[in-house]
Amino acid sequence: MDIFLQQLVNGLTLGSVYAIVALGYTMVYGIIQLINFAHGEVVMIGAMVSLSVINALAGSGLGLPPLAILLAGALVAIPACMGVGYALERVAYRPLRSAPRLAPLITAIGLSIILQHLALIVWSRNPLSYPQVVEVVSYHVTHNPDGARITNVQIAIIGTSIAMMAGLTGLIYRTKLGIAMRATSQSQQIAGLMGIDVNRVIALTFVIGAGLASMAGVMVGTYYGIAQYQMGFLLGLKAFSAAVLGGIGNIAGAMLGGLLLGVIEALGAGYVGDLTNLCQLSGWSTAIAQRCAGDPNLSLFGSNYQDVFAFFVLIAVLVFRPSGLLGERVSDRA
Amino acid sequence: MRALIPTKHPLAAKAGVVLIALALAVLPFALTGIGTAWVRITNLAILYVLLSLGLNIVVGFAGLLDLGYIAFYAVGAYTYALLASPHFGLHLPFWVIIPIGSLVACMFGVLLGTPTLKLRGDYLAIVTLGFGEIIRIFLNNLSQPVNITNGAQGIAGIDPFRFGSFDFATTSAIDGVTITGPIKYYYLLLAVLLVVIVVNLRLQNSRIGRAWEAIREDEIAARAMGINTRNMKLLAFAMGASFGGIAGGMFSAIQQFISPESFVLVESINIVAMVVLGGMGNIWGVILGALLLSFVPEVLRYTVGPTQQALFGRMLIDPEVIRMLLFGVTLVAMMLFRPAGLLPSALRKRELETARNGTAAP
Repeated sequence: MDIFLQQLVNGLTLGSVYAIVALGYTMVYGIIQLINFAHGEVVMIGAMVSLSVINALAGSGLGLPPLAILLAGALVAIPACMGVGYALERVAYRPLRSAPRLAPLITAIGLSIILQHLALIVWSRNPLSYPQVVEVVSYHVTHNPDGARITNVQIAIIGTSIAMMAGLTGLIYRTKLGIAMRATSQSQQIAGLMGIDVNRVIALTFVIGAGLASMAGVMVGTYYGIAQYQMGFLLGLKAFSAAVLGGIGNIAGAMLGGLLLGVIEALGAGYVGDLTNLCQLSGWSTAIAQRCAGDPNLSLFGSNYQDVFAFFVLIAVLVFRPSGLLGERVSDRA
Repeated sequence: MRALIPTKHPLAAKAGVVLIALALAVLPFALTGIGTAWVRITNLAILYVLLSLGLNIVVGFAGLLDLGYIAFYAVGAYTYALLASPHFGLHLPFWVIIPIGSLVACMFGVLLGTPTLKLRGDYLAIVTLGFGEIIRIFLNNLSQPVNITNGAQGIAGIDPFRFGSFDFATTSAIDGVTITGPIKYYYLLLAVLLVVIVVNLRLQNSRIGRAWEAIREDEIAARAMGINTRNMKLLAFAMGASFGGIAGGMFSAIQQFISPESFVLVESINIVAMVVLGGMGNIWGVILGALLLSFVPEVLRYTVGPTQQALFGRMLIDPEVIRMLLFGVTLVAMMLFRPAGLLPSALRKRELETARNGTAAP
């Protein structure tokens, strides 16, 4: 039970990061029906920029409080990522809006490679340790002193994510820009006729998504304590899976999908070893029994398969429910 | 039907073919003069051409973007490695394993295709990308509890191709001419490439090829014309995969060592870049794209380092990074300025032009 709770806490933390990144995918998809393949790299840039700022401030000897340093890192990362997001839209998507849909996907892949390797040139090939300016304190979840724990970083990540999701929901459903975005996603032509500057709205969608992604970068960096130029790829792919799981194009779906995927992944990694433990089959084969005598944890799959779960979820959703949990049917939209 | 040799000037064309054949025949010896490494590089380039032609069936002919194509290469390579190495103590001859590898890769192609083919293009791209990663993660981890792939260490000591006493990996002298291992493989690869090109050309103009083209242009119309779109798309996946499997088996034998490192996502993207650069759907374009993106980075590797040393006194940017930036820029620039590729297929060109002018459905 304690393992379950602990994995649940870890899963929710990871899941809220996925949700934030997934929102970027789902917003872009909702508005132009295209997958922003380079979105994961925006997360990476966010992590890297904030890392540099935090390192500079922490090493400057100004004696700033840790939270202020972290906040400064985020405040520099957000506009930097917004710039990257805007550039992505201008270079990869706007010129190709009427081209066959594979064309912008391919430019986005190209930009993703370019961003990765520019980051490699700036921040080196090696994994960098993300400065841990905030002292990690962990709290008990239950009364059991050896039981599941939650750290202040985890609480902050979950809290910030919820706040950002609430803010975004407000933006989309309560503001004029939100109305323009929803109108554009229904029909670009009609929205344009209603006096909406469609180009501006689409660009802003990319920029807002990139802003969210930069925060995700800061959170991932703080949580794992590590940043590398390739970190955005897998994270982006998983967040995309989360968006599809929730129903791509659907804001609430991305949040739900992100949280669910995080929990699935954490629980999967925590339990796959026990579930595929071959020693349960000892009665069937003496060879297995002999090996289990030496190693009682002989299992078919271990937690090193953690990264596979997201892909299986993605494939399973697309096969059995392509519309996702909350979305409308998309697979046959031409 | 477009023949291999244009018929307008038959004599000149025949002379040209003979000249090209001669040039290709003496190429490895000329390259040995520059350095044996270049023969190996040429061999790898031909492998990339094979892979690009395989991917071209899926992307170019049938219009299905596959971002996990390297997985089939990996399947072919590992099939060969497991059946012809000390790892399991099996040493089957290559002419038995290569067809097996191609068949296994083909099965994986169907396995991937069956659940995903009803998806739309960009979804399919992401799912195939995930599939490629799944294969790599499994290759990396299938050393426990039963050691199948030897995990991240990879498999070493893989048998080279052997034909009776004729060994492709060793140097031998025929009529006083020394022929090194890479040169032998070069001729073998060239022969395989020729067969693959002919198969591709015939395929493109066959009933199947036209069905793929119809699906690529308009799937609903194709179905209305009585084409079994699901089976045709599966066939494209299976054929593309089996070509990848053949190339993988040869890669395994030539390198004599493989590890999951060789089958990362970046490799899939390289091959996509080659197909895109050359011109999706045009066999000659794809060959050109693959050769360009195989050789230019190698030339850069030999020139960029020394240039930087001379200019700045140290290496500022790793040639490998420049290679990757080149791939990225190629993908972006091609899509923006010449979306049909360097040598566009006539149909693809027309299609992109109509889309550009905005007459096609959004």
